[in-house]
Amino acid sequence: MARSRKPRDLHRPFVTPEGVDLRLELASAGARATAFAIDAILLLVILGLATALLAFLAAGSGMLQGVGIIWLVGFFLLRNFWFSLFEMGRRGATPGKRLVGLRVVARDGNRLTGAAVVARNAMREIEVFLPLSFLFAQSAQGLANTFLTVFALAWSGIFLFFPLFNRDRLRVGDLVAGTWVVEVRKAALSYDLVGETRRVSRHFPEEALGAYGIYELQRLEQVLRAEQPVAVAAVARTIRDKFGIPDDRDDYGFLSDFYAALCARLEQGMIFGRKRESKNQAAA
Amino acid sequence: MSGALVNATRFRVEHSADWEKLDSLVERLEKKSLRALSDDDMLELPRLYRTTLSSLAMARDTSLDRALLSYLEQLSTRAYFQIYGVQTSPWRQVTHFFAVGWPAAIRALWRELAFCAALTIAAGIAAFFLVRGDPEWFYGIIPAGLAQGRDPSASVGALRATLYDGGDGPLALFATFLFTHNAQIAIFSFALGFALAVPTILLIGYNGLMLGAIFAVFEAKGLGPNFAAWLMIHGTTELLAICVAGAAGMKIGMALAFPGALTRMDATIAAGRVAATAMLGAVVMLAVAGLLEGIGRQTINDDWLRALIGGVALAGWLIYFFWSARRRRGAE
Repeated sequence: MARSRKPRDLHRPFVTPEGVDLRLELASAGARATAFAIDAILLLVILGLATALLAFLAAGSGMLQGVGIIWLVGFFLLRNFWFSLFEMGRRGATPGKRLVGLRVVARDGNRLTGAAVVARNAMREIEVFLPLSFLFAQSAQGLANTFLTVFALAWSGIFLFFPLFNRDRLRVGDLVAGTWVVEVRKAALSYDLVGETRRVSRHFPEEALGAYGIYELQRLEQVLRAEQPVAVAAVARTIRDKFGIPDDRDDYGFLSDFYAALCARLEQGMIFGRKRESKNQAAA
Repeated sequence: MSGALVNATRFRVEHSADWEKLDSLVERLEKKSLRALSDDDMLELPRLYRTTLSSLAMARDTSLDRALLSYLEQLSTRAYFQIYGVQTSPWRQVTHFFAVGWPAAIRALWRELAFCAALTIAAGIAAFFLVRGDPEWFYGIIPAGLAQGRDPSASVGALRATLYDGGDGPLALFATFLFTHNAQIAIFSFALGFALAVPTILLIGYNGLMLGAIFAVFEAKGLGPNFAAWLMIHGTTELLAICVAGAAGMKIGMALAFPGALTRMDATIAAGRVAATAMLGAVVMLAVAGLLEGIGRQTINDDWLRALIGGVALAGWLIYFFWSARRRRGAE
């Protein structure tokens, strides 16, 4: 019964016209919720500021009607088109999504059309505002309708929590518009761990190099790039103890050399068609 | 080739200048727009993109440097979306919407539109006869707040006053309120289509019931034609818009329930995009209706003129949606 559940993989194949798979990573439900919360707060702040400003103007000029019209139209546009207008831009993201590092993309890889963006955002009406209105209806109407309200809340909750019920984290809006939300992280290129001039001076026993695969190599890369002395020392000690290599008091240098030697060896294996994923896979 | 120990080093030495150039171009594109790039940059962009993409493909096969791979992945992805995922300019999108997208969307959902119109009329007739038979029905159909005194107990004079006295309240403000309220309902009924269109159909039916009930009140006092004219001046546009929004919701619900030859997912997506375009059109129509209501109805008191404007508006919409599109199809 001890069937370990694999962590849900959010990578999806996405092949460009040039035939390279970009392996998009879908946004997690948490990231989506965070982005939405940021947008909602921004909306409320803008609404509050605009209302205060307009109220000030109305009190000063006495043009109640004109100010009222601007407020109503502004509120309408803000509520319904804030998301759409930003997502139609070059980044395909609202300010909230941009901060979290997300982007809206058409699922079929084509251009994201205006109609799709409008469709996915108009659906917020049943995903967000419908549950909200039932929530407030409850407090307004008292206990007589409690059962009905709870039922309505549960029904509208289905739309709200829809992304949690499907593999691709699709909102109802994404489903209808044929879009999904992906991670777009901006990363700088980290330095080269091995370098052009490096020659491995240390000698490693054959069994030490033969013991590891790609998975271990990339974990070692993580440790080296993080440059945490404690972790570096622990990993160096483990490898030395395991294969009886004498300690030369340079943990980082030792591991860097080991990384370079192991990397060169595994790469050579790959060229000859022997790809060793991890230490559990026997060397071919 | 240099005597580097691992492939990642070779890749970096050979191509990192190209990657960094692409990185800076993409960054500028993301921040601003195409105009941020010079002509030379525009020519370079596809080349750099292809170089980076092939670096990625090669690195995946021959290199084990995780940092290099993830850098190339994110750079290629960002570049891909700036090159292939671009939107046409906002202005082009707007003209396309009015010239092609909107009428085409309406044509695509003419069946649902006809159904919504028929439902509105049928519900209106039903409510009319119910209220004529027993005025008590009126209170069951229309909430007191909405009727504002226009109920069966009102006098002829009071009812007549609601049709012809512009009133002295902030009318433009009220018309704006009605526009935003109706437009919100239109968007709502589009979204409710996802619940298999049932709530959308209920909304449309209820709208028809209210119309019929109010009409019965005026008709009983001999003000039927006057009420019709009062309603028509903006009502033809507004009711058509409500039917369009309802039809948009139905389209989604029907695609979900009866996807036909397509998969359920594909049918829903196709319906969703068409319906969203139609719904956006409905919002535009409601803005027009708001203008007609706020300005036209307050200044024009002649029944014939009111009816004429309403009739012309309706004919105009129908010609725009169906005739102009047919002509274009013939030209192709």
